[in-house]
Amino acid sequence: MLRATLKSLLARKLRLILSGLAVVLGVMFVAGAFVVTDTLSKSFDSLFASAYSTTDVGVTAKPKVAVSEFEGEEVVTPLPASALAQVRGVPGVKSAAGLVDADGARVIGSDGKVLTSVGPPRIGSAWAGTDDLVQLREGRGPTADDEFVVNATVAKAAGIKVGDRVGVLTLEPKKEFKLVGIYGYSGDRDSLGGVQEVAFTEPVAQKLMLGQTGVYSSVRVQAEPGVTPEALRDRIAATLGDGYVTKTGDQLVADTSADLQAGLGFFTNILLGFAGVALFVGIFLILNTFSIIVAQRTRELALMRALGASRRQMIGSVLVEAVVIGLIASVLGLAAGVGVGALLAYLFNSFAGGGMQLGTVGVPLTAIISSFVVGVLVTVVAAVLPALRASRIAPVAAMQDVATPDRPLTKVSVAGGVVTAAGATGLGLGLFADMGDATLWTILAGVLVSFIGIALLTPLISRPVVSAIGRLFSWSLPGRLGRLNSGRNPRRTAITAAALMVGIALVTGVTVVMDSAKASLKAEAATILKAEVVISGDQNGPRPPTYDPAVLRDTAKIPGVRAVAGLWNDQVTINGENHYVNATDNLAGLKDAFGNTAVGTPSTLRDDQLAVSVPEAQDYGWQVGTKLTIQPARGDPREYTIAAVYPEDSLPGSYVLPVAAAKDFGITQPTMGFVRLADGYAVSQVLPQVKALLADSPEVSAQDAQAFVDEQAATFDTLITMIQILLALAILIAVLGVINTLALSVLERTRELGLLRAVGLGRAQTMRMVTVEAVVISVFGALLGVVVGAGMGTAVTRALKSDGITELVLPWERMGTYLVLAALVGVIAAVLPAIRAARLNVLGAIAHD
Amino acid sequence: MTTTDSREPAAARAGEVWKVYGTGEARVVALRGVSAEFERGRFTAIMGPSGSGKSTLMHCLAGLDTVDRGEVHVGGTKITGMGDKALTRLRRDRVGFIFQQFNLLPTLSAQENIRLPLDIAGRKPDPQWWDIVIDTVGLRDRLSHRPSQLSGGQQQRVACARALIGRPDVIFADEPTGNLDSRSGAEILSFLRASVREHNQTIVMVTHDPVAASYADRVVFLADGAIVDELTGPTPETVLDMMKRLDTHAEPVML
Ligand SMILES: Nc1ncnc2c1ncn2[C@@H]1O[C@H](COP(=O)(O)OP(=O)(O)O)[C@@H](O)[C@H]1O
Ligand SMILES: [Mg+2]
Repeated sequence: MLRATLKSLLARKLRLILSGLAVVLGVMFVAGAFVVTDTLSKSFDSLFASAYSTTDVGVTAKPKVAVSEFEGEEVVTPLPASALAQVRGVPGVKSAAGLVDADGARVIGSDGKVLTSVGPPRIGSAWAGTDDLVQLREGRGPTADDEFVVNATVAKAAGIKVGDRVGVLTLEPKKEFKLVGIYGYSGDRDSLGGVQEVAFTEPVAQKLMLGQTGVYSSVRVQAEPGVTPEALRDRIAATLGDGYVTKTGDQLVADTSADLQAGLGFFTNILLGFAGVALFVGIFLILNTFSIIVAQRTRELALMRALGASRRQMIGSVLVEAVVIGLIASVLGLAAGVGVGALLAYLFNSFAGGGMQLGTVGVPLTAIISSFVVGVLVTVVAAVLPALRASRIAPVAAMQDVATPDRPLTKVSVAGGVVTAAGATGLGLGLFADMGDATLWTILAGVLVSFIGIALLTPLISRPVVSAIGRLFSWSLPGRLGRLNSGRNPRRTAITAAALMVGIALVTGVTVVMDSAKASLKAEAATILKAEVVISGDQNGPRPPTYDPAVLRDTAKIPGVRAVAGLWNDQVTINGENHYVNATDNLAGLKDAFGNTAVGTPSTLRDDQLAVSVPEAQDYGWQVGTKLTIQPARGDPREYTIAAVYPEDSLPGSYVLPVAAAKDFGITQPTMGFVRLADGYAVSQVLPQVKALLADSPEVSAQDAQAFVDEQAATFDTLITMIQILLALAILIAVLGVINTLALSVLERTRELGLLRAVGLGRAQTMRMVTVEAVVISVFGALLGVVVGAGMGTAVTRALKSDGITELVLPWERMGTYLVLAALVGVIAAVLPAIRAARLNVLGAIAHD
Repeated sequence: MTTTDSREPAAARAGEVWKVYGTGEARVVALRGVSAEFERGRFTAIMGPSGSGKSTLMHCLAGLDTVDRGEVHVGGTKITGMGDKALTRLRRDRVGFIFQQFNLLPTLSAQENIRLPLDIAGRKPDPQWWDIVIDTVGLRDRLSHRPSQLSGGQQQRVACARALIGRPDVIFADEPTGNLDSRSGAEILSFLRASVREHNQTIVMVTHDPVAASYADRVVFLADGAIVDELTGPTPETVLDMMKRLDTHAEPVML
């Protein structure tokens, strides 16, 4: 039995490869996710081992506001010189160096633009001379206050050379420095893990990066011989007391590396998402292939039954086939995954990591185990139904000429209806009921189950819809034949189309939600934002873009400007909880910019007052006069009194503080600005002058309100594009399914094709016939996808109504594009089968049995 | 009054046609220098024992297969050396086919199957001729049926109608009655003959059945890839006689 199974497997290599490919892709992403994570982790470990090679114990001050990896950058709390002196006094300390380095030194390149970063920080530090790690490549270290050096990554990216005068943005607005040297790292590295680093003299670095002179960001301690780092760490910690974090070099390596790896988790999740979609769609493909194989082998299987094979053996034979395919696909997927993982690690390193020495490619055991489990499981699950069908073949079928007719679709349709209803219920529960933490999973499960249900219903729908779509092509004979062929096997057509449906439904659904969100944002912005000119910039790194506050003062002087308000923002703790807050230098101007709807709010805030939005005040039971303790990123906590409670959206955000509070923010410069014009002035009269004032603040620009809103809304377009790219994979796999189905159909209809060719159907016409069949299937799948996706998108959008997505936009244009693309996909999928059909030897085909 | 004009080309003609399959051990010479003419308006049967090369000859004449040596003409056109495009057009416009089985597309109705060659060519049937053909094969009340709803004999009649509808230069039929009971077979053969007599159609039919061959105007006998004899105005008895003689005659050759 096993031998017979394996033999028949070999005989059908091509179609098994096609269907197995989906599993290969899925497994590839699973394995790739593990491999890239492992490889990068090992590389991070060795990177930080190198960076901390001269550190036995490291000391930092506890951050005032703890910020998680996803919320942004933690602000370094400066460590006073007194702490450094204390450390030096601890017995066992051989040397203790006060270091200055903090994120936020943004170099302006020779093209006038700020160097961006996709992840690694842009560090400003105090030059500590060369050592085993840091090596000057050119020039010398900085000695004067207006001199600085940069690492080779910065020099290359900015296109600057020794002797140039270079602008740098720090806690302070743009300042110019003379570049006196360029340095690299041991092993001829341009950077450590892609970090862009610049170094000033110590006092300058302290002032610009930490906000005051005489403080350090950390202390690097070397132990005397015979003193273990752990012992020394404990001694230092005891000496310094609370308020400091003391770690050994090994701990620092582990913790810093772990932080970065937490960032990689996002990456891993994307890859696993890919894998999930690929495998889900792959199940349809495999199911289809096995069904077709079983149908084609009906006589062979019936003969086996007639010869005494039991039902169990029939099921076994199909499942063994599935296991073998699953194993092969897993092996291939694992191999491809190692390749993809290594490639991703390399790409990540080159573009986001820059210059890290990649460790050897790591293939953790988890990668291998999960590859095989996933690959085999998915294949076997997909083969269960066909296996059952095989077992139901009656022995008498061996003697009958005709294949057993398709069973009626009623049972499947009823099952489909039930499953769809269950899925829709899950989706509805997730969206509209309060499910707490389970919400996301309920929605996902609902979507998944709905897909399966709809896939079951597809054969029923396929008859009328396919014939309707087909009519579009019926004007020519090949078109008509193609249409008829696509309607011949509703189940097969349906499953093929359903695979395509999944990808397109997801894209469409997300597009509906995104477009609705975008429209809602625009509509809301139009009603609440009254400022004619907005100063803002693209966030191109972990920290927001900023500009020189002097611009605000100068803008106010432009004729025609009625009011200008700057906006600072940061995370602080309020009564011990983290919150985003805004600060402004001109509350009256800010109110004006939002249409003067903040009723009851004074026009200025005293330095110890703040304004809170109504919902926030209600949540916490606060009112005017309540006192709040606010701890900003720097300095000491302060008490503020609520001076006003403003209606939501009448001022930006939930908290507005006076500008005085911003001097202790992590970023002490404004990130946005709003300008209101006096009556009778046009934007065109004022905007150029504001732009001119921003010449030295290259991170931001000024634009009219409409352009600003459009720009904000455009982020949704970027998101949509990204999701379209992600889901293109699902569609690609579905295309494999269309190719597979067509190839099988062509094979099955060899004799028909021969007859057609004999009575004069030309090669081109034959190809057209096959192409029409593919296009009809694809368009059917896309149509289903668009309808289902629009439905799901609408449901999600409606569910988010209370979260601010008030508009519902059905993106007809995009949906039309998806349909057109599907038709194109059909044409592409048809190429190979069509060529095969056209090349058919007429005589051989007629003789074919 | 059809006197054979010597300058009018034959409907189909084979000149010194050789066809060899395989090489080495598996080498089979299916046709060894066959020359034959099939005049217009005549019903010719090709007879011979199984494996004598009848089907091969027909396939070569119809442009379904290529010859290794020699030439084939259909009408006045030399088809030897033609490309696939030209051959396809030739089959579509000038040749009709009736196979032993699997003659019809299961997705199309009888009517659509009959029109198939015209539809492929994008031509309209001549309504008068359409009526004649449909009435000849007696399918008027079955036109909207699918092949699966028709009996074997009816299916074969549909195939005949399809071959006739385009008024081709020549119709090739390979054992058209091979799969039918004798009554249905006789029906088919009768109106094949009728279409020759009444509508001046040319038909070349391959068969190994003496009764079927007796419907033809002329029988060409093939043995071991060569034409060995022919008979005009055959009856089942004369054909059977000839076959018997060929069998004994063929035996020494087969050694
Ligand atoms: N495609 C082929 N490949 C190899 N040999 C063939 C092929 N077709 C026919 N033959 C051989 O050529 C000879 C003539 O075959 P065929 O024309 O089919 O005979 P008939 O139709 O008279 O029974 C036979 O010996 C047959 O085995
Ligand atoms: Mg034959």
